[in-house]
Amino acid sequence: MSETIWLIPLIPLLSSVTLMLFGSRLKVSQIGILGVASVGIAALLTLLLAVEFMQNQQVIQLSLWTWMEVAGFAPGISFYFDGLTLVMMSVITGVGFLIHLFSTEFMEKDPSYARYFAYLNMFVAAMLVLVMADNLLLLYLGWEGVGVCSYLLVGFWYQHNANGHAARKAFIVTRIGDTAMALGLLLLFTQLGTLDIQTMVGEANRTWQVGATIPTIACLLLVCGAVGKSAQLPLHTWLPDAMAGPTPVSALIHAATMVTAGVYLIARTHGLFLLAPTAMTAVAIIGITTSLMAAFTALMQTDIKRILAYSTISQIGYMFLALGVGAWSAGIFHLMTHAFFKALLFLGSGAIIHCLHHEHNIFKMGGLRTRMPVTFWSFMIGSAALAALPMTSGFFSKDQILLQAYQLPDIGPGLWMAGLLGALLTAIYSFRLVFVVFFGKANTEPDKDTGWRMAVPLSVLCLLAMIGGWFMIPVSEVFPASDGSHPAHWVEYVSISVPIVGVLIAYLIFYSGRLNIDGLVSSTLGRRLGQFWLSGWGIDWFYDRLFVKPYYGLANVLKSEPIDAIYGLIVAINQTFNHWLSVAQSGRMRWYLASMVAGLILVITVAANLSVGVL
Amino acid sequence: MLEIGFFYIAATVALVATVMAMTRANAIHALIYLIVSLLAVAVIFFLIGAPFAAALEIVIYAGAIMVLFVFVIMMLNLGEKGDKQERQWLQPSIWAGPAILSAVLLLELLIVISQTAGPVSVTAVSAKEVGLALFGPYVLAVEIASMLLLAGLVGSFHLGRRYLERDNLEKQGDQ
Amino acid sequence: MDGLNIPLNHILLVSSLLFSIGMLGLMIRRNIIFILMSLEVMLNAAALAFVAAGAHWGQPDGQIVFMLILTVAAAEVAVGLGLVLQVQKRFKTLDMDHANRMQG
Repeated sequence: MSETIWLIPLIPLLSSVTLMLFGSRLKVSQIGILGVASVGIAALLTLLLAVEFMQNQQVIQLSLWTWMEVAGFAPGISFYFDGLTLVMMSVITGVGFLIHLFSTEFMEKDPSYARYFAYLNMFVAAMLVLVMADNLLLLYLGWEGVGVCSYLLVGFWYQHNANGHAARKAFIVTRIGDTAMALGLLLLFTQLGTLDIQTMVGEANRTWQVGATIPTIACLLLVCGAVGKSAQLPLHTWLPDAMAGPTPVSALIHAATMVTAGVYLIARTHGLFLLAPTAMTAVAIIGITTSLMAAFTALMQTDIKRILAYSTISQIGYMFLALGVGAWSAGIFHLMTHAFFKALLFLGSGAIIHCLHHEHNIFKMGGLRTRMPVTFWSFMIGSAALAALPMTSGFFSKDQILLQAYQLPDIGPGLWMAGLLGALLTAIYSFRLVFVVFFGKANTEPDKDTGWRMAVPLSVLCLLAMIGGWFMIPVSEVFPASDGSHPAHWVEYVSISVPIVGVLIAYLIFYSGRLNIDGLVSSTLGRRLGQFWLSGWGIDWFYDRLFVKPYYGLANVLKSEPIDAIYGLIVAINQTFNHWLSVAQSGRMRWYLASMVAGLILVITVAANLSVGVL
Repeated sequence: MLEIGFFYIAATVALVATVMAMTRANAIHALIYLIVSLLAVAVIFFLIGAPFAAALEIVIYAGAIMVLFVFVIMMLNLGEKGDKQERQWLQPSIWAGPAILSAVLLLELLIVISQTAGPVSVTAVSAKEVGLALFGPYVLAVEIASMLLLAGLVGSFHLGRRYLERDNLEKQGDQ
Repeated sequence: MDGLNIPLNHILLVSSLLFSIGMLGLMIRRNIIFILMSLEVMLNAAALAFVAAGAHWGQPDGQIVFMLILTVAAAEVAVGLGLVLQVQKRFKTLDMDHANRMQG
C-alpha cells in the first residue's frame, strides 16, 4: 500500500481529464458515476492506508521522479506521508466523497454537469497534492491548483456578471497572499538551499537561533500566504463573495478543505515557526481578531450562505489562534471537526436552497422543521457542533484550543477571554439561523424534500459531527508534545458554559421572543452598528476606496495613453507643418515663380553682404 | 564717340522692345518685338567687340529659335479669342506684386553694379580667339552642349510625336 | 573697334534691366508661350552680361559661355514648345493656372 499512495491523487485527476475531454459525450448518469467513483476509490485507498498506518505508524516518503534540476535545485515529484497528512487526506477524500455524492443530486439539472465534476475532481487531486507534497514547491503547485479550481467553481455560473466578479475577486485577493508566500519560499531556498520540508526544518534548527530575523521574516511571508488562502484578516474579503458558486462547492472548497490549507501549511512548517515566536504571536492575534470580526458580521447577515461563510472565517480564526499559541494538534483537530460540521451545515443549506427555489434570505424561510426533517436535524447537529455544545465534536476541539490559549503566558488569558466572546457570538448566530429558518411561520413552501443522494451524505456527516470529537488524530509523532498541565477547573467550567448561554440568548430572542431587542436594534447606535457589521466592518468599502478606485482611476488615465500623447504631439507638429507647406504647394506656377524671386532677392542680399560688403 | 551713341540707342531700343514684347496681348506681335530686342542686343555685342557673338545672336536666336515660336503659335492658332483672354489677364492687380519684387531685385543689382565700377574700356575678341578657346580648354563643354542638344532633340521629338499620334487616333475614333 | 570707351557699368545696367523686365513678364503672364518668351529674355540678359565681362577683360570665355547659354536656350525652347503643344491638347488652354495637378 505504501508504494501506491501516488494513486490517490492520480485517480481523481484522470477522472477530471476524462470528463474534460469526453464529458460532452457521456450520459448524465455516467458522468455522475465517474465523478463520484473516482473520489470514492481515493477515499477507499485512504481508508486502507489509514488502517495500515494505525498498525505500524510508519512514515512514508516516496519519490517518484525529479521534477526539474537547475543549479543544485532539484525538487522532486515526491510525497510525504505521516499522521498529519493522513488526517488531511481523510478529510479531503472522505468529506469530498460525500459532497460529490450530494452534488449528483444538487447539480442534476445543470447543463454543465460534466464541467462541474471535472473541476471538482481536479480540485480534489490538487488538494491531495498540496497535503501530500514532500517539498514546498510541489505544495505550491497544489496550492495554486486549488486556487484555480476555486476560481473556476466560484465562477461556475459565469453567465451572471456578479459571479464572474466574485471569482476574479477570490482569485486576485488570494494571489496577494500567494505572492508573499512565493517570496517566502525564495527566501527559504536562498538561505537553506532546499525546499524539502523535513530537510529544511532540520537545517533551519541547526542554522538559526530562536527569534532570529530571517526565520521570522520567512514565517511572516508564509503567514501572508496562509492568510490569503484561509481568508483571515486582512485578506478575508473574497470568501463571502465566493459563495456565488454552487453550494456543494462552498461546502467542499470554501469550508472544509481549501480554506484550511493555510492552517495545514503552518502546521506542516511548525518547525520553522517554533524558531519565530513573533510570527506565532502574529498568527494568534490575526486568528482571534478575525474570529471576533467575522462573528460580529455573521450576527447581522441575512443570506444563509454568507452567515456560514463568515462563520467559516471565524472558525478558521480559531484554528489560527490554536497554531499561534502552539496548540498544533488542537488546531488540526478543530480543522477536522470543522470540516465535518461546516460541510454538514453547507450541505444542509444547499438542500434548503435546492428545495426552496434558490432562496437565500433566511427571513423568507421559516417553519421548515416539519417539512424537511432530515435537513432540520442536520442543521441542529451542525449548529450544536459549531456552537461547541458539550458532547459534540466542535466542543472537544474548541475546548482544547481555549484551554491551551489560556495557558500561554502574558497574553494567554486575554486571548482566552476574546475566544470566549467569540464562542458566545458563535452560539448566538448559529442558533439564530436555526430558529429563524426552521421554526416560526413558514414563508416559502418547499416544493420537494431531499432525495437519498442528499440525505445519505447529510446523515453520515451528522454522525461524524456528533462523534468526531472522540477520534484520536494520529499526530502525536508529528508535533511536539504539550506539557500536559491543565488550567484551573473554573476555567474549564466557564469554557463549557459560555456556548450554552449563547444558545439560551438566541432562544430568548429568536424563538420565544421573551427578550425583546427591537429597541436596542432601532436605536441610532444600534442601527449604525448593525449596518457596520452587516457590511463586514466596511472592509470591502475601505479596500474599494484604497485600492480599487485608485487603480481604476490610474487605468482610466493610462487608457488615454499619456506617454503616447508626447509622441502624438510630434506627429501633430509634423502634420501641422505639412499642412502649412502643402498650402505653399498650390500647383500655381506664378506663385512658385514669385517665391523663387523672393528667395533670389534674399540670396543676393546675403551674398552681396558677404562678398562685397554692400547693401 | 559715335559708337557710344550707337550703344545707347541700341540699349534703348532693346529695353523698349522688350517691355513691349512683355506687355503685348497678341503672341505674334510680342514675338516681333522680341526679335527686335534680340537684334538690338546683337548690335550691342557688335559694339563691345564680340562680332562672332553678334552673328550667333542673329542667326540662332532671332532666326532659328524665334522661327520655332512662330511655328508653334501658328499650330496653336490662338486667334482673336486668345488676345481678349490675354488682355483680361493683364490687370494691374495681377502685376503689381511681381513688379515690386522685380523692382527690388533690380535695385539690388544696380547697387551691386555701382559698387564694382571697373575701368571703362572694352577689348575686341575675335572669332579666331573664341574658336581656339572653344576647342582648346572648353572642348568638354562643347561635348556636354552637344549632349544637351541631343537630349533636347529626343525630348521634343517624343513630345511632338505623341501629340500627333493621339491626334490621329482621335480622328480615327471620330470616324 | 578696339578701345571703345563704353562703360562696363552701363552694359551691366542694360543687362539688369532686361533681366528684371523678363522676370516681371515671367511672373505676370499666364500664357505658357509668353512665359517661354520671358525666359528667353532673361537668358539673353544673362548672356549679355557674360559677353560684356569677357570684352572687358579681353578674354574669349565670355563669348564661350554665351554660346553655351545659346545651346541651353535652344534645347529648352525645343522641349518647352513640345510641352506647350501637349498642354494645349490636354487642357484645351494655355493658362498655366489650370495646370495645377501637382497641388499639395
